[in-house]
Amino acid sequence: MSAVIIEGLWKAYDDLPVIEAIDLDIASGSFVTIVGASGCGKSTFLRLLLGQEQPTGGRILVEGEPLPSEPGPERGIVFQRYSVFPHLSVLDNVVLGLEFQQAPWSGRLFGQQRRLAEQEAEHLIAAVGLGHVRAARPASLSGGMQQRLAIAQALILKPKILLLDEPFGALDPGIRDDMHALISELWQETGMTVFMVTHDLREAFKLGTRVLTFDKVRQDPHAPEAYGATITYDLQGRQRAAAG
Amino acid sequence: MRRFINRRPGRQVGLLLAALPFLLLTAVYLAASGARLEVNPKDKLLPAPSSFVEAMAEMAFEEDKRSGQVLFWADTGASLRRLGLGIAVATLFGLTIGLSIGLFPYVTSTLDPFVAVVSMIPPLAVLPILFITFGLGELSKVVLIIVGITPFLIRDVAFRVRELPEELLVKAQTLGASSWQILLRVAGPMIFPRLIGALRLSLGPAWLFLIAAEAIAATEGLGYRIFLVRRFLAMDVILPYVVWITLLAFLMDWALAKLSRRLFPWAES
Repeated sequence: MSAVIIEGLWKAYDDLPVIEAIDLDIASGSFVTIVGASGCGKSTFLRLLLGQEQPTGGRILVEGEPLPSEPGPERGIVFQRYSVFPHLSVLDNVVLGLEFQQAPWSGRLFGQQRRLAEQEAEHLIAAVGLGHVRAARPASLSGGMQQRLAIAQALILKPKILLLDEPFGALDPGIRDDMHALISELWQETGMTVFMVTHDLREAFKLGTRVLTFDKVRQDPHAPEAYGATITYDLQGRQRAAAG
Repeated sequence: MRRFINRRPGRQVGLLLAALPFLLLTAVYLAASGARLEVNPKDKLLPAPSSFVEAMAEMAFEEDKRSGQVLFWADTGASLRRLGLGIAVATLFGLTIGLSIGLFPYVTSTLDPFVAVVSMIPPLAVLPILFITFGLGELSKVVLIIVGITPFLIRDVAFRVRELPEELLVKAQTLGASSWQILLRVAGPMIFPRLIGALRLSLGPAWLFLIAAEAIAATEGLGYRIFLVRRFLAMDVILPYVVWITLLAFLMDWALAKLSRRLFPWAES
């Protein structure tokens, strides 16, 4: 089954195309990694999937339905920075999604509801290996731990699609390998579809069941901004069963 | 020899340096006062410290014969009441309107230019209007403080909200937050420490407007007293009052800073 279908996707800012002519059919449960040089529209592509920006042309279908025109709980996101709320503890950061769902006016849960939400959150916090710092604030966590928290926070609402925008770009190589293991495991467990933008080719092939490269196919040396980028390679990565 | 920009005083030297300007000012005053009093023992411009003690003992511990009040504390109470009320209302407006302008593009378009223009009105220029509209009582003085500092608070809060990383607002949306929930749980709590910062900057102007309003029309208050006794050249009352006002303002500022560190430790780094 197709999780995401993209038809003739095109995005321009003030008549300057950033990405053009993208057609894709992504199977449900894929781990799609997206690589390419800086400024060739990888992040723009992710923002389009997120609904944070609207396409100039073409359309995106998620499970057969047109993509909503704003971000929503069916698509989770982890950014490279600013992914967690600095004013909330680890536990509160993860509980927050449940509070948004269950308490439309106060945005807070109390009593039995709160305890149930905390149980659910603590399960996820333990799964990403942050059980020992559940009361800490993000500022006291290392970069890797903050990204673990961001992942737990994004998964609490069980999104069908998880978007990762260079999530491990700022981490040390050793920590990065731990994070690869973590995200692979969570992906296998949940069966969600993952889109991950990265600079790191090795990471892209290690994690992705499908590796997309973005580049400009047409270049005008006198007007380097005249053409947008598109998908130049669409490669098969590892097999889902062999992953992990 | 290290560069001057790299040389730091130790703790004790630092304290000494901090005390130096105060000591210097005191010494200059005492010398000048002594010199004048030597020429004319009845001089009122630069009274001796003993005159301050006498005058303030009368103001702070003895009941006024006419009103039956202890003037110093009555003045302090009246001024702090006006100031507190004005600042509280201004903070409420600053927070709610500022958040809305910062967060909702439709409110930005509607109110941002308006607030920008209103904030350029010199508050003292509208004081006569306030007296005419609200009378000479308490209300007009409180309203002057509100009019004086609210535009700044609104604009600062709105600016701080726009400064929040876009990522966090997007993240909240992917957690299913509504606009209201984002205001309540994300943008609001995140700008609280900034609001306290803005409030600290507003203390100076708030006192300015308070004293100005009291100077023009009041029957009690720190500003009223200063301007009243000016007629008798009563520097022995004016100077201690000024020191007292300064001390109160300084303590408020200190308390707000302390409160901010206590309530929002995450905002420190």
